[in-house]
Amino acid sequence: MQPIPLTMAPGRFGATTRRDAWWLAPLGVFFALSAFIVYSTWAALQGANYSFGPYLSPMYSPELFGDSPHALFGPRPGWWPALLPFSPAILVLWAPGGFRLTCYYYRGAYYKAFWADPPSCAVGEPRSSYWGERSFPLILQNVHRYFLYLALVFIVFLSYDVWRALWFENPATGEVSFGLGVGTLVLALNTTLLGGYTFSCHSLRHLIGGGIDLLSKKPARMAGYHCVSCLNRHHMLWAWTSLVWVGFSDFYVRMCAMGVWTDVRIF
Amino acid sequence: MSTTFQIWRGDKGSGAFKEYQTDVAEGMVVLDAVLQIQAEQAFDLAVRWNCKAGKCGSCSAEVNGQPRLMCMTRMNQLPAGEAVTIEPMRAFPHIRDLVTDVSWNFAVKKRITPFTPRPPDAPDGTWRIAQEDVDRVQEFRKCIECFLCQDVCHVLRDHRLHDRFVGPRFLIYAAALEMHPLDNENRIADLREAGGIGYCNITKCCTKVCPESITITDNGIIPLKERVVDEFYDPVRKLLRVFRS
Repeated sequence: MQPIPLTMAPGRFGATTRRDAWWLAPLGVFFALSAFIVYSTWAALQGANYSFGPYLSPMYSPELFGDSPHALFGPRPGWWPALLPFSPAILVLWAPGGFRLTCYYYRGAYYKAFWADPPSCAVGEPRSSYWGERSFPLILQNVHRYFLYLALVFIVFLSYDVWRALWFENPATGEVSFGLGVGTLVLALNTTLLGGYTFSCHSLRHLIGGGIDLLSKKPARMAGYHCVSCLNRHHMLWAWTSLVWVGFSDFYVRMCAMGVWTDVRIF
Repeated sequence: MSTTFQIWRGDKGSGAFKEYQTDVAEGMVVLDAVLQIQAEQAFDLAVRWNCKAGKCGSCSAEVNGQPRLMCMTRMNQLPAGEAVTIEPMRAFPHIRDLVTDVSWNFAVKKRITPFTPRPPDAPDGTWRIAQEDVDRVQEFRKCIECFLCQDVCHVLRDHRLHDRFVGPRFLIYAAALEMHPLDNENRIADLREAGGIGYCNITKCCTKVCPESITITDNGIIPLKERVVDEFYDPVRKLLRVFRS
């Protein structure tokens, strides 16, 4: 293809004749994502107050190694370098983090909010050079489907955490009984929202049937494709609600563990 | 009610906004006002239009900075009491006033491998297609080629990579062919190289401005990006292809 001679000069950074508050959405994304990154990094590095009774913070799940009763393989491993800070969250949080980082929705959102590429639709950009997702480093975004596979495994673990959050131990007798606490509901909603986000993924939509042109010959995959497509229409909503709630779920468990909040047993 | 319009006047990129006042009546669209100004005050104002029904895609322009069809933008959708700015699309060579040269798009379209159906299913030369298999591509066929999506795409508008990126219009055109149940052609390598699909960074601006409400990014571009991943960036798929062959 040949370049074409454009005669209208490109706009300077921020130049636009738009009358609406175009800066509001990218600014909101910038502050919301920044707040989450700061909180989740802080929470992940604490390595304490991440479990309370049958509850386990979703930022620490699955707890591979750790001090809580939820740990799958016992306490901190001996091979962990002494110089590195240890937290069970560090071992697992990179996977859901990578899933969100490479998510098609978040990519569009943070390119605008953090890199102004573009700041908003039909608004001038700060840079003239542009590589897109064709070359390093952004070509790595194509790894998204592998993070999806990991995210699906995490949904299994989070569902198991909700199951465990239904069984309460009597501290006096050690007897375990079925029950429901506010924390159970918090964790159940968290898994539901994360499930909605994961199952509405564009890559899953492609893998389950989007890549097939003759779907009518594969009725099971066609049904799956329609289900994922239905969820996918609200992928942005799933992305934000699940992000906020996973942060709140960690905060809830942390507050209970620190004795600041009291978990109310419904029955 | 008298309303102020600031309309871009000039040739080949040079020019400036010129102010006009005209009466706006209930039910008028921006194109009505522009044609009224042309008839009463600016006889030489260049504006391209045809159907006035949102189906020909001729009257594309930027109204208050937003790429829109002038004939589908009702005056009561715009902020009352404020001047309305109207300027030509920025992603194409400017000819005069509100008119741009969109012929680059037609040249790009010719380079995309055309529809190549499989051999007919029946002896009379006809095919059998399940409705659910063509449902998906029907959405893309609503495109009226107004090129607003091309205009708003920052890869073309700001970075001017017309020689390396075909733009959202032709990605969904390719998607309509690529996902068609009868089509036998594979355009994925072309989309990655000459089509420059990797330049799209999913801002969804194209989807937002589409007057036909085509979900360009989610239903067209991202599925094509995933097909590119299938062929070029997924090592497991590559390995499976080796074993299968």
